[in-house]
Amino acid sequence: MRFKHILGLLCAASISVVLAGHASAQQTVKIGGIFPLSGNAASAGVHAKAAIETAMDIINNAHPELGNFPLAKNAGLAGLGGAKVEVVFSDNQGSPATGQNQALRLITEEKVVAITGAYQSGITLTASAIAEKYGIPFLNGESVAANLTERGFKWFFRTTPIATDFAKVYFEFLKDMKATGVKTDSVAMVHDNTEYGTSVATVITSVAKEQGLSAPIDIAYAANATDVQSQVLQLKEKKPDVVIMITYTSDAILFAKTMQALDYKPPMLLADDAGYSDPSFIKAAGKLSVGTFNRSSWSVGPAGSPTALIAEMYKKRSGDEMDDTAARQMQGFLVLCEAIDRAGSTDPAKIQAALKATDLKPDQLMMGYKGVKFDDKGQNILAAGVIIQLQDGENYVAVWPKAAAQKPPVMPYKGW
Amino acid sequence: MSTILVQVIVGGLLLGAIYALFSSGLTLVWGMMNIVNFAHGDFVMLGMYVAFVVYTLLGAGPLLGAPLAVLVLATLGGVVYFGLIREIMKGPMLAQILGTFGLALLLRYSVFWWFGANFLTLPENIVGGTFDIFGLRIQASRLLAGVVALLVTLGLHLLLTRTSLGSKMLAVAEDSTAAQLMGIRPDTMQAIAWAIAAGATGLAGALIATFFYIVPTVGETLGIVAFVTVSLGGFGSVPGALVAGLLIGVIESLSAYLIGAVYKDIVVYSLFLSFLWFRPQGLMGKT
Repeated sequence: MRFKHILGLLCAASISVVLAGHASAQQTVKIGGIFPLSGNAASAGVHAKAAIETAMDIINNAHPELGNFPLAKNAGLAGLGGAKVEVVFSDNQGSPATGQNQALRLITEEKVVAITGAYQSGITLTASAIAEKYGIPFLNGESVAANLTERGFKWFFRTTPIATDFAKVYFEFLKDMKATGVKTDSVAMVHDNTEYGTSVATVITSVAKEQGLSAPIDIAYAANATDVQSQVLQLKEKKPDVVIMITYTSDAILFAKTMQALDYKPPMLLADDAGYSDPSFIKAAGKLSVGTFNRSSWSVGPAGSPTALIAEMYKKRSGDEMDDTAARQMQGFLVLCEAIDRAGSTDPAKIQAALKATDLKPDQLMMGYKGVKFDDKGQNILAAGVIIQLQDGENYVAVWPKAAAQKPPVMPYKGW
Repeated sequence: MSTILVQVIVGGLLLGAIYALFSSGLTLVWGMMNIVNFAHGDFVMLGMYVAFVVYTLLGAGPLLGAPLAVLVLATLGGVVYFGLIREIMKGPMLAQILGTFGLALLLRYSVFWWFGANFLTLPENIVGGTFDIFGLRIQASRLLAGVVALLVTLGLHLLLTRTSLGSKMLAVAEDSTAAQLMGIRPDTMQAIAWAIAAGATGLAGALIATFFYIVPTVGETLGIVAFVTVSLGGFGSVPGALVAGLLIGVIESLSAYLIGAVYKDIVVYSLFLSFLWFRPQGLMGKT
């Protein structure tokens, strides 16, 4: 008798669990978000989380003030009967192995229907390999290592412009600057030995060769350095006209401080986003890096525009100004949700098909891309960007190309 | 020799002195109690945050920040000894390792939770800018850290070899039962050793904060060097840590400059391993 009782209770319990599971599956769409929430890149990860949460706010609540911005008008995803989007955040700890484990956990235990992340190119590399294996769409909005979309993956999509695009932008920019009388003959690259640093350096070198220029001076170092005096002294000795910095935040701060201590100013300093776009870099070392050129696809836009409203929402949540990296992550996540909405389903295969059919126009985006449309490799072929400059040590302004410029570029590099 | 090469060597020496400074506390604890303190790098980190808080709240530089960091960390050292170390020392070796490792994570993520993940810095001129001597650039903040490193090393060495407190501490290190029979309380001695070690580490942190970035995970970046410095110098040898620190600093700088920064760790660690092969007790350690 007692056994029967227990059995009955168990049955009832399991039925209710199944029912509850079913009900919640209709109400929420679970997406995994892998970011460096601890470890040395944690400041980037925390900003990424705030950006994704801002996007969730836009999607899950009605925001008529954003006009025709996709997913904003009504609460939830219209294509799924107003289903809410829920992001399960997980911490990659700055390690490719951890990122991979987290992807596995999100897919097998949290049962997410898609994943976004993972900031560092080296971690996006490992985490997306798991998503590929399980047939789960992986949308990356921020990693720029070129090889990520050269692996023949079917489930990997990337909205950001990549290293190759930016290398071309850099050299066009340098050519234009040369035409105005700025010396740009010798270029040096300072980069760390991570997937990001080495791949961007390799791409810049090959683009330089394609354009018939001499190969840049290559100064590689191990990431998270305790000291960079020797690297700065190497630059001081070689006297390049242009120094391209390809580093994450911690090393970027150390370089800025060391350059000041050793009184070294290159005539032109061009940063490849990453550390130099981190708001905490600008707070910690912006005043030592006045005149730094950087790349960006983000611009706040006029007051009252959707981008300005989004920037305001983001600042309220994170306490910091929206930066290019956080904005690219947010854009990537929005593209993913737009595809899920269009798919009208949480079936990964249908989401994948919807992603493949994505065709967003510039006015549907928060970034300055020419649109979003993926090629067979999953790369957005309409991604674009501009050159910005830290003219006052506090805020970047767009300076190139002329059509997008808020202010003309200022030379030479001022430093501090 | 070119000015730049001299600059590399001087920079290496100053860097080495700083390595020595933040290793001295570790060598004391490691050498005296055979406890590997994995939270050492995070003690440095706490010292940095003390300096930062002193600067933001009172606008004061290391003149106030450093003594306060010593005080806060020395207290923490005592608390950690009585609250954690004394208990885990009774357990197996693995418990000791994991115990201090857990402490490291607790400290790191408490700071993370309180201060956030953002990188912080102190103003560049908080210790009086940079000297220019015949084209040689010397940062006052690094010079100060270097001088303090020498003083701390000398002070700890004299304490251990010339005072009765030092003799008692060494007696406990050698044979705690025998020391107890001589009327020395091992508990008190070890608590004092922990307080001194943590205090010296806090001092190091407060001084490093004047020229390095401050972030909750900075202990990870700095911690490894401390372990290498201590094992090269010889466990428990304070002067050994100084010599080892200077050596590592100069070798790192020279190899980064001459061969390339990406190879400097290969050079440093292969020299380190081959040296230990010939002299496992380190430069000045006892066999």
